[in-house]
Amino acid sequence: MKGTKQTASAAVPVLDAEAIRRALRRIAHEVIEGNPQLEKVVLAGIPSRGVEIARRIGAFIREIENIDVETGVIDVAMHRDDVGTRAELPVVRASKLPLPLEERTVIIVDDVLYTGRTVRAAMDAISSFGRPARIQLAVLVDRGHRELPIRADYVGKNLPTATREQIQVRLQETDNEPDAVWLERE
Amino acid sequence: MTTRWTRKDLLGLRELSADEINFVLETANAFKQVGTREIKKVPALRGKTLVNFFVEPSTRTRTSFELAAFRLSADVINISAMTSSLTKGETLKDTARNLEALHADILVLRHSSAGAPQFLANRLKASVINAGDGAHEHPTQALLDLYTIRERRGKIAGLHVAIIGDILFSRVARSNIFGLLKLGARVTLVGPSTLVPHEFEKLGVEVSYRIDDVLPKADVVNLLRIQHERQRREYFPGLGEYIRLFGLTKERAKLLKPDCLIMHPGPINRGVEIDSEVADGLQSVILNQVTNGLAVRMAVLYLCGGIAS
Repeated sequence: MKGTKQTASAAVPVLDAEAIRRALRRIAHEVIEGNPQLEKVVLAGIPSRGVEIARRIGAFIREIENIDVETGVIDVAMHRDDVGTRAELPVVRASKLPLPLEERTVIIVDDVLYTGRTVRAAMDAISSFGRPARIQLAVLVDRGHRELPIRADYVGKNLPTATREQIQVRLQETDNEPDAVWLERE
Repeated sequence: MTTRWTRKDLLGLRELSADEINFVLETANAFKQVGTREIKKVPALRGKTLVNFFVEPSTRTRTSFELAAFRLSADVINISAMTSSLTKGETLKDTARNLEALHADILVLRHSSAGAPQFLANRLKASVINAGDGAHEHPTQALLDLYTIRERRGKIAGLHVAIIGDILFSRVARSNIFGLLKLGARVTLVGPSTLVPHEFEKLGVEVSYRIDDVLPKADVVNLLRIQHERQRREYFPGLGEYIRLFGLTKERAKLLKPDCLIMHPGPINRGVEIDSEVADGLQSVILNQVTNGLAVRMAVLYLCGGIAS
């Protein structure tokens, strides 16, 4: 994983492809342990990398337990609370969730957990489809700096950062670059 | 989808690029799904105020915008020509400035004069959405027509679309022509020569006065409403002759390809531009147009109203 990330600022590799694979495989094990009724679980990704990560966790669960867990997509753009204050309007996409949600466990899946505002928007979006038994959260990287009382149930890597730093996740399927997580300093 | 929306106003399709049109249609696709949820409302425009300012009467377009705004959590005020101070001699600009003084964020305008939305857009900080201006443009109607065609046929490029009826006075026809051509469709206009002048060929469309030649080749027919209640008598001799020459009768509908879509912006005159059985038939997507209109208007309000001012 060299020479693929091109930025003016210094970028430090934090996770390589193998580390990402192991982290997601461990999350898959934890999801299995925490959910005896796997058929009630929905892995709902936040576009676009969360959707890919949800797909991969689902694939690991199939590999380990030979069970197909349902997957979904949650659009958060139309549920954000900062429309009109951001220079760039988030692109809205259609959500896809298996219905009804009642009695299911919806696991929100995203690449990076930061302020928690995206997760709050995702929970709002899910409630507009119904009332799941539980909502959980799985992230590849937790970088801290929460602005809301939200925590992840499954974390690939805890990565304490400064607010001026940035976490960049690259996945082959969504970015057409080798899997990697980078820490960028200004 | 790399395009970004940067417009505060939607005035017409003439100034939009194909990418921008496709971006609105993609956004509408996401919003259409909101209508199928248990809770059909998202907070995207919470706290924004939308004014429906209809100087010309229109129930369906106004209602569609109103419901679209509700689904985005915006607050809505409706003002019609009857209740507005325009009847007391206030100018359009003064009325609009008063609305702005109330901190309206989005102004949806229907007006009998072409260019009225442009006039206000140039002067107001609020987003201005054209809901039909004179015989100029009706962009959200054309966008919902494009959306419906794309939804049913999977594409627009390469399709042959016939627009039939009163083209000369139709803002729906103009907006459709701009949108369809930009997305690569072939367009044929059909109607009495008084209402379909050859001038339109300059836009890049074909003109025909023989509906029976066009119907067998069309992938979509879009029938425009004959506004017989205010039709200028000099443009065609009478409704009977119009129906005989251009009405989509049951017999004539047999000329259509089996997968040809039949569209109409409504309200339909059953038995004039279209027979009842045809309007309710399997090829008709007239009610899909209404449903899609809501999604398209949500997309337009979200995109224009969500731009940081």
